[in-house]
Amino acid sequence: MPAIELAPAQTSGTTAAHASAALAEADRLMTVCNSCRYCEGLCAVFPAMEMRRSFADGDLNYLANLCHSCGACYSDCQFSPPHAFAVNVPRVLAEVRNESYAQYVWPRALAPLFARNGMAIAIAAAVSVAAFLFGFMALNDRAVMFGVQAGEGAFYRLMPHNVMALLFGAAFLYAILAIGLGLRAFRQDIGAPSGMMRDPGDNWQAAQDTASLRYLDGGGAGCMNEDRQPEKDRRKLYHHLTFYGFLLCFSSTSTATLYHYVLAREAPYPWWDLPVVLGTLGGIGLLIGPLGLMRQKAVRDPVMREPSGRSMEAAFTLMLFGLGLTGLVLLPLRATPAMGTLLAIHLGFVFGFFITMPYGKFVHGIYRYAALVRYAQERKALHGTVP
Amino acid sequence: MSAVDVLVIGGGNAALCAAIAASREGARVLVLEASNAFWRGGNTRHTRNMRCAHDQATEILTGPYFEDEFFEDLLRVTNGQTDETLARHMIHESKEMLTWIAEQGVRWQPSLGGTLSLGRTNAFFLGGGRAMLNALYATAERLGVEIRYEAEVTDIEIDDGMFLSATIGSTAERIEARSLVAAAGGFESNIEWLKRYWGDAADNFIIRGTSNNKGTILKLLLDNGVQEVGDPTQCHAVAIDARAPKYDGGIITRLDCVVFGIVVNKNAQRFYDEGEDIWPKRYAIWGRLVAAQPDQIAYIVFDASSLTLFMPSLYPPIQAPTIGELAQKLGLDPAALQGTVSAFNEAVRPGTFDYKILDDCRTDGLTPPKSHWARRIETGPFYAYPVRPGITFTYLGTRVNKDARMVMADARPAANMFAAGEIMAGNVLGEGYAAGIGMTIGAVFGRIAGREAARNARN
Repeated sequence: MPAIELAPAQTSGTTAAHASAALAEADRLMTVCNSCRYCEGLCAVFPAMEMRRSFADGDLNYLANLCHSCGACYSDCQFSPPHAFAVNVPRVLAEVRNESYAQYVWPRALAPLFARNGMAIAIAAAVSVAAFLFGFMALNDRAVMFGVQAGEGAFYRLMPHNVMALLFGAAFLYAILAIGLGLRAFRQDIGAPSGMMRDPGDNWQAAQDTASLRYLDGGGAGCMNEDRQPEKDRRKLYHHLTFYGFLLCFSSTSTATLYHYVLAREAPYPWWDLPVVLGTLGGIGLLIGPLGLMRQKAVRDPVMREPSGRSMEAAFTLMLFGLGLTGLVLLPLRATPAMGTLLAIHLGFVFGFFITMPYGKFVHGIYRYAALVRYAQERKALHGTVP
Repeated sequence: MSAVDVLVIGGGNAALCAAIAASREGARVLVLEASNAFWRGGNTRHTRNMRCAHDQATEILTGPYFEDEFFEDLLRVTNGQTDETLARHMIHESKEMLTWIAEQGVRWQPSLGGTLSLGRTNAFFLGGGRAMLNALYATAERLGVEIRYEAEVTDIEIDDGMFLSATIGSTAERIEARSLVAAAGGFESNIEWLKRYWGDAADNFIIRGTSNNKGTILKLLLDNGVQEVGDPTQCHAVAIDARAPKYDGGIITRLDCVVFGIVVNKNAQRFYDEGEDIWPKRYAIWGRLVAAQPDQIAYIVFDASSLTLFMPSLYPPIQAPTIGELAQKLGLDPAALQGTVSAFNEAVRPGTFDYKILDDCRTDGLTPPKSHWARRIETGPFYAYPVRPGITFTYLGTRVNKDARMVMADARPAANMFAAGEIMAGNVLGEGYAAGIGMTIGAVFGRIAGREAARNARN
């Protein structure tokens, strides 16, 4: 027979050169999937795939950042292992996605932080908390640090408001800058420079898809867990609690800043006032959400999990939980001698969170959103709408 | 008294529809699936849609598909080789399937990208056939149906049209039941059996689905006096990539590019009109056409202008800068292929190419002709896909009546035996195929068989 014999199980991708083994495997899988397409109704990944006939690294990074690894395509796939074609899209795209975070990071020198991310984030958080504790103790009189503070400006007797605003403002701005530069690298890699990403319609569509986690439910069936009962999956719910909990906490802080500078009203605020209500609700979300997400992770079918990403996911989830917990504890104990210590710990967590935002799982939401804008744009170009 | 009312042999669409329907009738149901949990469902795991009649457009179907039109389509593809009473009954019952299947937890979606021509007639499973199976299994388990995997039945005890028991080969366990639903597929993965009709050519057939459809149950039933139906050489067969694995390559090795090029055999000669009709109406004849060629191999040859006009396939095409070099890579005689391509190119008449309609691009004075979409093969690089017959399922089966009850050789109805799916597809499909009709046969007759078997068990 001629030179066309090929071992049956041996399939190849569309592109010879890839930056990593995970990208090469993703190319192979997308070549299988693109000739099947049974999963196109499950999420955005497969319709985006169908708009391509070959898969360069930028295409695969785009597809990987559209994927939530919900697992529906794995359990629906007639070619998943033990079939010789060994199709496992959730796991391989998770690997590509995790690699992409390190690839786009600014500055590039900090890319290794993603390699042992759990350790990196834990050290950053611990150092930050320690610095606040020691700083508070070094700079404050014992009577202030361990005394009872009450009334307007109680917090600022431990740390002057302007110092607090300056420090956290700087950390936050740094995070925005670093994330923005990472986002720019992502956009360029997936072939969607910023000019193409400004369409209000595309952004509105992406915002809705992001806010509703539209594609995190396997096309409506739910995520596939070890129990094979996707209808019992609560990952979407816990993600909503986490995400909106975080947003509520962020708006609590923003409201308090406005109170301070615009209304000249200083914290602490009474329990019924907006910053406290927003912060309390958000804090509750940040307690239940991350715990629930960790529980969902634990019952995931291990075959779909990407082991190298575990420490990063755990670090981010625990960080959010820490934010919520330390903030909530502060509320009932703010008029006790423990307030100084608890405030230092809470601020330490917040500061640690801010400076590690560009170097951990936080960026998944940013790239997901950008990928969804790109997706909305592609769908519009092809069909006129996003069905 | 046996513990089981209805024994279902098989684990695909037909078997699960039967099990669910029987269970909903109050029967105690046992399903014996030959494979393990991953490979369960036989050929159903490779399917993606079901052809159902409907009187108006739905959320997922773009327009009405009346019963008469469905029947006319069936008559056309089978050349009239169908049991009209059964076919019309199935088509009528198919209307309810759109809701009944959804009630069993299966999700529908509009037609898939690349199959828009089926958007009006065929309802697609969200996530494909394995997703459908997962939903059916979950529903069956919730209803209390007992499912045993790796429980291949190797013997059946039948006394004068009355099912008594089945024996599981691995454990020699004998299982009695009040009635039987046989839904264990055709015999396409039994190459030795295929050879009885096809000779050594069957060695070159690729089986698109499960390796478990060895026809064991079919043979046991026929040997025990059940009436045979269908031509043993008839099957659903398409031309698929010759590099596909022997079993379970599924949908992804199919090639939709015949209409864009020419198809030659191992002697580099054309043998059929590649542009006879639009592809969805002709794809199902190419398996038999290739099976009739020497060594059961053929090559679809086209040029750079067609490369992106069809859906991508699993393996890349063989590519070369000239026709001669392409022939060498394929192991064909370069002069012969060059001659065939040149003769074709000279016969191509000018026209306006449009692959969505029966266009006016055709050959003149060529045998066989290419009636539509004939364009000169002249722009390098040149491409080829090697193709072999890909068997989806066979049509030889057990005769049944409208209740899916088996009919014995002497035309009496069987006492307590019912059949559904590929094992009785030959009642409806004498020859030919129309996309999605295998699943209609499985689901409609599965549901009927399950219901009737449960009622039979009660009496």
